[in-house]
Amino acid sequence: MLKGFSKGTKITVLTIWFLFTIFPLYWMFLTSIRPVKEVTKHFFWPRSNSTLESYRALFQDYAFGTYLKNSFVVAIAASALVIFIGMLGAYSLARYRFKGKSQVMLVFLVTQMIPGLIALAPLYLLLSRLNLLNTLIALVLCYLGGMIPFATLMLRGFLQQIPPELDEAALIDGCNRVSALFRVIFPVALPGVAATFIFSFVQCWNELFLAMVLIDSDANKTFPVAERSFIGAYFIEWGGLAASVMIGIIPTMIMFGLMSKFMISGLSAGIVKG
Amino acid sequence: MSSAFRIQERNSGKTRNILAPLWFLLPALILICIFIYYPVIRTAGLSLQNFKLFAQDDIYFAGFQNFSVIFNDLHFKRIMINSVIWVVVSLFFQFTIGFVLALYLNTKFKFSGLYQAIIFIPWALSGFLMGLIWKWIFDDNLGIMNTILEGIGLIDRPIPWLSNDKWAMAAVIIANIWYGVTFFVIMILAALQGVPREILEAAELDGASSRQRLFLVIVPFIKSTLVLIILLRVIWITNFPDLIFGMTSGGPNEQTHILSSWLVQKITYDQDWGAGSALGMFILIILFIFSVFYLLAVKIEDGDK
Repeated sequence: MLKGFSKGTKITVLTIWFLFTIFPLYWMFLTSIRPVKEVTKHFFWPRSNSTLESYRALFQDYAFGTYLKNSFVVAIAASALVIFIGMLGAYSLARYRFKGKSQVMLVFLVTQMIPGLIALAPLYLLLSRLNLLNTLIALVLCYLGGMIPFATLMLRGFLQQIPPELDEAALIDGCNRVSALFRVIFPVALPGVAATFIFSFVQCWNELFLAMVLIDSDANKTFPVAERSFIGAYFIEWGGLAASVMIGIIPTMIMFGLMSKFMISGLSAGIVKG
Repeated sequence: MSSAFRIQERNSGKTRNILAPLWFLLPALILICIFIYYPVIRTAGLSLQNFKLFAQDDIYFAGFQNFSVIFNDLHFKRIMINSVIWVVVSLFFQFTIGFVLALYLNTKFKFSGLYQAIIFIPWALSGFLMGLIWKWIFDDNLGIMNTILEGIGLIDRPIPWLSNDKWAMAAVIIANIWYGVTFFVIMILAALQGVPREILEAAELDGASSRQRLFLVIVPFIKSTLVLIILLRVIWITNFPDLIFGMTSGGPNEQTHILSSWLVQKITYDQDWGAGSALGMFILIILFIFSVFYLLAVKIEDGDK
């Protein structure tokens, strides 16, 4: 498409961006496997005295197993609910024509303009009234509520690509609408569902500020909140921090690697065609 | 299946249960009202109250006091300027680099799938964690950035990346560019894949150079997508304090705060929820006004053509 630019330029640009993208992660990895005494040294390759000591400390000296588990529970529960409720809403928006539909769409779209951060204080007050502060349920509910508009729009984009004849056939066979949706359409829409699930999982996994405000007890901390314990007022424990960052990015990287093809059509279906 | 049946089914569906589409939407709408719209209303209320979390027996209606506290803050002007620089500079580079990469990736080359998967990685990572990584890289004394720059002879003494306000702002923006290019690559690539081959081939037959094809055929074709993703991105970058939070926490001396990181500071550290909410309303109103003018400007420009 870009014949005006030479092949050399193309390779140079792509290589530079590749190195720039990968370097911070590579550098963090090197930091995480250095012996504690050498953490601040600038070697560009792994050395023979590399050690997994920082990783061991995470799980034995700190309770990172617990934090990771909390994050997993919250992210998976929230994403599963997002898919279930989002599918129902998306089905309605993709298949029915009804009065007030454009207003409903507006309700969904306007949410994309509202900064999530302003919900911090109100949600704290709401959840404290419900006695849900310091529980993982609180996080699941908040993430679910925050993710629903985008996920619904994204799923709608996928459902619109599935021919309506399919649900009609299921209806003839005696399914009701809900079972047609989850038994017949769901499997066909699976790539889109998976993309939405992963998108939602990544957002929940990475969320920091709500988790900071709503969770106080160590036992219910999620992973990003726990990261902050490595940052003291005067001193940062770089080895441990590097190791925990490496562990924290593995789940999302794996999921993303598996799905990067679908993400393009998925995300743009949600945003652009929404 | 006969088409007659389909029509009948649709009609009967409509008359039988006119509320069906709303039942399907109800759970989602309830969640949105509780977790998105209710907080907006509550924030508006809080912004007019003297509400400090540590003094809950001293809550009263305070009019616009919180707003005046914010606007008269010593750092307000700096934070406003920072916010604009943060959004404009980040957006410009994210968009430009994202656009070029998307054009390159739109033609398959060896390993293009793998390449794409790797440069998409930043999108999947936590902004806060990446902030910590960049903090480590930019560290004034121990960071690798200064070592590299000295090594290739670009500088002869270490840059005080995170302890000098101007350099710190540059550092967080560099990190933000790193972080946000992916979004534009994904979106623009998707838009480019929607450009019909026939149009490009026709333009090529008509003798259009590749530059002409880009600016006269491709860009106009995907313009509506570009307009929308830029707007979404302005909103998103404005409300993305995670990186700054990880790298500088707004320091040194509050000099790298943007509006949204200041908001987080007001809520989490100062626990002044009245002021934090006023700040939240201020951000919301600014973004709303911006969006309206932006969309109007785009519309007017379209009308001229």
